[in-house]
Order: sequence, then C-alpha cells, then structure tokens
Amino acid sequence: MSFATGFRHGVHPPEEKELTNRLPIRRMPYPDEIVLPLRQHAGNPAKLCVAVGDHVERGDPVGTADGFMSVPIHASAAGTVAGVEWWPHPDGSMALSVRITVDKFAPHVARPRTVPHWEGLTTDEVVLAVQQAGVVGLGGAAFPTHVKLAPPKDHAVHTLIINGAECEPYLTSDHRTMVEYPVRVLFGIRVMMRALGVTKSVVGIERNKPDAIEAMRAAVPADLDVTILPLTVKYPQGAEKMLIKAVTGVEVPSGKLPVTVGVVVQNVGSVAAIAEVFETGLPLVERIVTVSGHGLRRPANLIVPVGTKLRDLLAFCDGVTPDAAEVVIGGPMMGQAQANLDAPVIKGTTGVVVLAKYETRLARSYPCIHCGRCLDACPVFLNPSLLGDFARVGRYQDMVEQHLADCMLCGSCAYVCPSNIPLSQLFQASKVALRRAQAGAA
Amino acid sequence: MSAAVAPALVVTASPHVRSQDSTPRIMWNVAATLVPIIVAATWFFGVSSLLVIAAATAGALATERAFGRGGTLADGSAAITGMLLGLTLPAGLSLWMAALGGAFGIGFGKVVWGGLGQNVFNPALLGRAFLQAAFPVAITTWPTVGGRFWTLKGDLFALPFTHPLPDAITSATPLGLLKFEGKGTAIEQLILGNTSGSLGETAALVILAGGIYLAWRGYLNWRIPAAVLLTVIVFSAIVHAVDAHRPDPLFMLFSGGLMLGTVYMATDPVTSPVTNRGRWVFGAGVGVLVVVIRIWGGLPEGVMYAILFMNALVPFINRATQPRLFGTRLGGAT
Repeated sequence: MSFATGFRHGVHPPEEKELTNRLPIRRMPYPDEIVLPLRQHAGNPAKLCVAVGDHVERGDPVGTADGFMSVPIHASAAGTVAGVEWWPHPDGSMALSVRITVDKFAPHVARPRTVPHWEGLTTDEVVLAVQQAGVVGLGGAAFPTHVKLAPPKDHAVHTLIINGAECEPYLTSDHRTMVEYPVRVLFGIRVMMRALGVTKSVVGIERNKPDAIEAMRAAVPADLDVTILPLTVKYPQGAEKMLIKAVTGVEVPSGKLPVTVGVVVQNVGSVAAIAEVFETGLPLVERIVTVSGHGLRRPANLIVPVGTKLRDLLAFCDGVTPDAAEVVIGGPMMGQAQANLDAPVIKGTTGVVVLAKYETRLARSYPCIHCGRCLDACPVFLNPSLLGDFARVGRYQDMVEQHLADCMLCGSCAYVCPSNIPLSQLFQASKVALRRAQAGAA
Repeated sequence: MSAAVAPALVVTASPHVRSQDSTPRIMWNVAATLVPIIVAATWFFGVSSLLVIAAATAGALATERAFGRGGTLADGSAAITGMLLGLTLPAGLSLWMAALGGAFGIGFGKVVWGGLGQNVFNPALLGRAFLQAAFPVAITTWPTVGGRFWTLKGDLFALPFTHPLPDAITSATPLGLLKFEGKGTAIEQLILGNTSGSLGETAALVILAGGIYLAWRGYLNWRIPAAVLLTVIVFSAIVHAVDAHRPDPLFMLFSGGLMLGTVYMATDPVTSPVTNRGRWVFGAGVGVLVVVIRIWGGLPEGVMYAILFMNALVPFINRATQPRLFGTRLGGAT
C-alpha cells in the first residue's frame, strides 16, 4: 500500500548526510567547564538544588522536577558549581544555568547507584524512574518522555511508533544509534511497550538509511511484535503527524494529539535513553550529537556531555573553515541559528551544523508572485502564500481562521519560496503576537 | 579555542537553507523561451517583428524604470510583459503605438496595483486591450506572411497621432476568414504558423515546446494549459459535432492566439489561482470563454478577453478552492 510509506506534499532538500553517516559514534572528552540551563525541556524548568561551591558527582541532580510536566537536570561531569547565572541558551534567550568547573581527574566517575530492574516495576514506577532520570524527547522538541508513557486514560493506545525518520538534512545521530546500538533501541522499545500496555510497535526509518533498516531488522527479538518500516525520503517525514500518516494511513485530527488515533510516537534517541536508564542506572547526562556542515573541518557523530559549550564542541572538530557563516543547533530546516557560541549543548540538541556562506539565506526577498509552490510543499495543506500576505500586514485573526495553529513551522514553504520570503519566521512571529494578545486579554 | 570559530556569525530564522530557484531565475527562463518565438515571428514577418517587439518592450521597461519600485527591472517580469505584448501585435503596427501599449500595460496593469505580484490583470493583455480600444483599425490590420526580410510591414515609423499610410499588403487572419468570409485554412499552415495574424500567433509548435520546457523545469504550472486546451478540444468537438459548419477542435487549437495566451498568459502566476484545483477551474473557464467568444461572439478572436475575464475571478476561485486542512478529512477518524 502506497500510503504506508509516506505523506502528501513535503520537500526534498539536499540530504548532506554523507558527511557523517558512515562515521562511528565517538566520545568527546570532557571540557573544562559545562553549563547546564535549568530549562532544557518543554514544560516547567527544573528547580535549582545546588549552590555555588557545591561539589557534584556525575549524575547528581542540579535541578529537580517542578511538577509532572518537568524533569530534573543532572550534572554531566564531576566538578564544582562555579556559578548560578543567566547564560546564553540555544533558543536565543538567556536562561538560568548552573556553571560547573569540571574536575581535572576522573570527571566521569559517578556515585554508587542501583539499577532498577524494569520487569519488577509497575507502569507508575517505570514512569517515575524515567522522569527521575531526566529523559526527554531527544528528537529536538525535548518533550518529557515519561508524560508520553502515561497517556490519558480516555484513549486506548494500540501502537507505539518509533521515529527513526531523521528527515532533517545533515543529521545522522539517530541513524548511527540504530546502526550501532540496535539492541539497546529494541530494549527501550520493549520497556515502553510494557509500560504502555501495547503489543505492537512500528519503527519508521527513511529509505536513505539501508544499513539502519538492516541492523534494526536483524536485532528484532522473536517475542516482540516490532515492524521495521522503510519510509519515503522526504522532509518532514519525521514530523509526528506525517510519520503517523505514513505508518497508519490515518491523519491525526487537526488540533488533536496522536493518542486520539491510538498511537504514541517516540524518537529513537529517546528510546535508547530509556534503555540506558534501565541498563546503567545513569540519568540522561550525555547525548549523541551530529556535528557537521560544509563550514566544519572535521564532521563527526559524538557522544557529548550535556552542557558542553558550542565553542568547545567546534574546537574538538578542528574548528570551522574560512567560509563558515552560520552555526545552527538542530537541522538546517527547523534548527536555531546561534549568535553566541557560549551557548551549551542541551538535551534536545540533535546536531550542530556549520553552514558555509553559499548555503545561507542572505539573498534578498522578492514580492510573492503566487506561484503556489508553498501550497504544494505544506505537509498540513495550509495556504502559506495567503498566510504570508496576512502576516505582513498584521492580520492575525485572519491567520487564525486560515489555521495558523496547525502550522508546525517545518519551514517547507520558506524552503521552496522562489521569492525567498521568510514565511516560517512570519508565522512564528504571528503565533507569538497572538499569544501575547491572548495573554493581554486574559 | 575561539580562534577556531568564524569571526562573524550569520543569524537567520529557520529554515536556514533554501531551494536554488529564485523569482528572477524563473522570470528570465520564461523570457528566454520567448526568444525562439520571436525568431519564428521574424522568419515569417521580417524585421518588422523585431521592431514592434522591441518597441513594446522598451515602453514596458521604461515605465517600470520610471514608476516602479527601485531595481525591479532585474527581476525580469517587465521584460516578459513587453515581449509578450509585442507578440500579440500585428507586424505592421506603428512603433509608437506598441511602445504606448507597453507603457500602459506596465503602468496601469502593474505599477498602480503595487508592482510585481499585486496586479489582478495580466499586464501584457491589459496593454493589448488598451491598444484594441484606442486603435481598433491599426491593431486589426494584419500584414501578409512572407516578403523580403528588410521590407517593413506597415508604416512603423509613423509619428504619434498621424494617420499611418496603408501601404502594406494585408490579409485576414484564419479566424477572421472563418468568421467573416466563411473560409477555412489548411491545418498544416496553421501548425507551422504560415498564416496572417499577430506575431506570436503563428508559431504554435515553438510556443508549445517552450511551454513543455517550462513545465518540465517547474517554472509554469501545467494544470492551467492542460485545462484550457482540454476544454477547448472537448467543447469545440461538441459544437462541431452538432453543427459541422463550426470549426473543428484542431482548427481551434492552432488558430489565433490560443497557444500563446494559454502557455504564457493564462499561466502568469500573479494573475492566476494559487491553488491547484483553482487552476483547473481557471483554465476550464478560459477554454469555455474562448470557444464561446470565437463561435458566438462578435469578435473573431477571444483569448485576450477570456483570460482577462477569468483574471478578475481569481480571488473568488482562490477562496472557493482552499486546500483541505490536514486532519479534517470528511468521514475520517475524528
């Protein structure tokens, strides 16, 4: 069935994955200093629980979860708290952060700990263990993972979908995870399936990762109903609604959560992180980051301690080339350009891409000629051309009627726009303006 | 360590990369495909073709330069307007009229609306419509195909507002012949373009080739020409079947300005619908109107008015054919 492999519309940016898709994951040494923002996930920021001068071991919490929609933040290296201060955050703002001077010797040493045995735990205990380990969605959005393990009871979940699409150009961290740690990923799937009480799971992987498809297929245990499903190579195949459409053929109703169609979606990296909690007992203190781009001297897939500054990360990759122009956290389609390389790698950092000058969007804009390419690109079937016209003159209410809320800012429209109109930026700004207006009215 | 990092950082909003196509690139590609049509026109009508097209283009460019927003000549759209207008004119038209048409098309067809992307009507056709109203005789004086290359097809260098000297050999267009004299024209003659008519009416195959190239590159939307041509074929086949004296579909396709209008004017993205369903509606509307005007109207040719009329409906077509939002499928899971 053709619907089982893709979705309508979307775009085909150059994949650029060959820079790193054959490079084994390596471990980056500890930097001299790490910076841990207390806000690294969707939901409430963590509550600070250390003071300047405290010594922390690797895995000690520096912030605790503030309610259910929150997770703790843990020290990613042994060291001394040198400061608690406002620090550049990868999202472009400043965030309250814990600055830790890393110990010169044995920064990797963690305290003695117990490893929970997952089979003896109830669902609630699994949820709590995952929350206490600070696990969030590692695909970029950093949604607390334990919340997805406890879906609302009014909907029956029948399928766990694992997102291995990795449709953003350049990024290969999920790809390498599946190639190198398929058993760990499948162990994570097993734990999640049990916690959710589902018997069926589908792992969607874009066809441009044949080695990952191969490795995952070979690792599926006989007693687990896990299907490895190759998907059309198309952006944004990894967007939750697009993935669900590709796997189940069902469209998640506008404005509703995936659980309304009986599925829960989890990213490959997050599943591997869950597995690690029950394999090693360590919280989420490091993640796999693709460092790549035509502006970088030595692209790599690295295990990076959370809190590593971009400056240190790029230096470890032999620095940037003379024509490097833009440093993006995440992929080039939805990532965030960095103005300050003191910003740290956080839990949601899938990759760091250094774009060369010729790749950037510095070219001038032209008026919209209504060519309609954006309509053919939009995966949720909006009319970006019309929305863009509205956004430019501040007609936000008209944008609401044109379903601005359904825009997930995937950037497909702006990518194809021949007039180089920054459509996603206009939509993001419009969403912010609407939120402010609502907050003001309330 | 900081030495390893670029001295200046570019910060743009996502997405940080873009496809290679740009609006000027699309426009200049369209303009480039007009060149073979101009060559064909010159083959049939001699140097007069080049002069008329150059005059129309000069009028369009000068107006864009004088009244448009700065730097808009480089985007190529005014050049297309001028060349297209030139291709809709007869070879013997006085140059000042052609230039005036170009100026009107850009001035009243584009600049007053706010420039590129803002206009409702196709500027080239608006210029043509203006000339039709202002100089009804001159614009329907069709020189005969052939003759020496350097022989002018009319009083091209007439001073403005003098009466041009009617010294060229003229003949009716195939549509005119059919409408007013009841005479047909051989289809081979039509396809090759070896007939009397406006400059760009005469090279159907070259126009079609240009259209196919542009559609293949994604620079024009194939749905509009497909809809227009299909509608004309089907509708005129029905009419022909009912009354055999009416022209057959092949004659309809290859006579008059249908090919030029369909491929290059109905597909103007600015003045055609933005939705794909809307494009089918728009194209079908143009096709129906062309046949209606040609067969039952007072004029021999109707492509210009058909497109201009459908241009006016574009905002309504757009509104009526908005895409269905993802996750709102009728009868699906809700």
